[in-house]
Amino acid sequence: MNWPILILTGIVFGLGAVLLVRFGNPGNYGFCAACHLRDIAGALGLHNANTLQYARPEVLGWVLGAFSLASLQGQFRARGGSNPVVRFILGMAMMIGALVFLGCPLRAILRLSAGDLNGLTGIAGFLSGISIGIIFLKRGFNLGRAKLHTSGGAKFFGYLPALAALQLIISVAFNAPYLNFSAKGPGSMHAPVWLSLAAGLVAGGLAWKTRMCLSGGFRDFLLVRDTYMLSVYAILFVSALAANLHLGFFKLGFDKQPLAHTMHLWNFLGLFLTGIAATLAGGCPLRQLVLAGEGNTDAAFCVLGMLVGAGIAHQLNIAASPNGVLFNGQIAVLAGLIVTTAIGFIYREQITPIGKGA
Amino acid sequence: MKKTLDLRGLSCPIPLLKTRDALAQADMVEVLVDELPPKENILKFAKSQNYKVEWTESGGEYRITVSK
Repeated sequence: MNWPILILTGIVFGLGAVLLVRFGNPGNYGFCAACHLRDIAGALGLHNANTLQYARPEVLGWVLGAFSLASLQGQFRARGGSNPVVRFILGMAMMIGALVFLGCPLRAILRLSAGDLNGLTGIAGFLSGISIGIIFLKRGFNLGRAKLHTSGGAKFFGYLPALAALQLIISVAFNAPYLNFSAKGPGSMHAPVWLSLAAGLVAGGLAWKTRMCLSGGFRDFLLVRDTYMLSVYAILFVSALAANLHLGFFKLGFDKQPLAHTMHLWNFLGLFLTGIAATLAGGCPLRQLVLAGEGNTDAAFCVLGMLVGAGIAHQLNIAASPNGVLFNGQIAVLAGLIVTTAIGFIYREQITPIGKGA
Repeated sequence: MKKTLDLRGLSCPIPLLKTRDALAQADMVEVLVDELPPKENILKFAKSQNYKVEWTESGGEYRITVSK
């Protein structure tokens, strides 16, 4: 166990997230796989919510940071082929759940570290979702094997997330006319590009190195009582809490929290859906972005699903707002739960032993 | 009894689950994985259970033997 790297990762994510808010990001919005991807979807024109459009360099940095460190350490491997279409759908489900809660599981922890108790409701939902996901895994749920890509085209696809992230970072740094930029609202609030990018790159490299994943952390604890991955999140929480207290961002309660609503049932069910989908897809939204960076094309499909899910969520009024979750959002979560559990029931593949010896 | 499982290319945490399940039925399990995270997870699990574990690497694939 590499404690220095573990502690550094927790601090970079926890302290880094709060400092990004200090330097311009909206409240409790320093890092968030879901909200930031949603803003990127907006920047690309996948939805028309004109207050939520900005190609956030933080999560683009995650992809690029993971790609860079994996490449430097000879661990970049273009691979995939484990049911990308189902992973795309799971990505959509993950995003729809997260946008009903208003944040990915990482943001749930960051919200809690600033006193937003709705974060607790979301984390409880996420944990329950993982428990359901584990039941499917124990029943033999399996999306099939990924293989190393050997042909040129497929190999190239392994590099595509990193290339797309790089292209978007350059575009946002130079205010490219083909990207949307919010003039008001949360999308207009952001830390300087270079700072967001630097934080994202370092965080992405560390997330790759530690393989941090919140669904993986809970899953390891539930399955084998291993707390290694959860300890990253504990350090993250404590460092964000300390920074929030120090900077005066801490406000305890459910009401009037930044970019949050208080419909408890839907906060719970939102991340409940994300938890099931993340467990079936083999990683939380953050982990999918990191895996996409290191050449996993199945994770790249999952990220594409998240982007499209964000587009749909805002075009169809599924995503929540600080006013709460509309009827469409409630229906979408229930539909997502039906689709995700159906996937959990349907996809089972027997792994046959190579051989049994004496 | 020894069991050998090909767990290459399977998503996290299926390799770990399959290894654990196999160890419930056999005293020695040999698994083949092709990524670092499952290898690390299996080694960590074996250690936590005080199982004996040996592994070799060849061409980016890891052959891990866990015995009770």
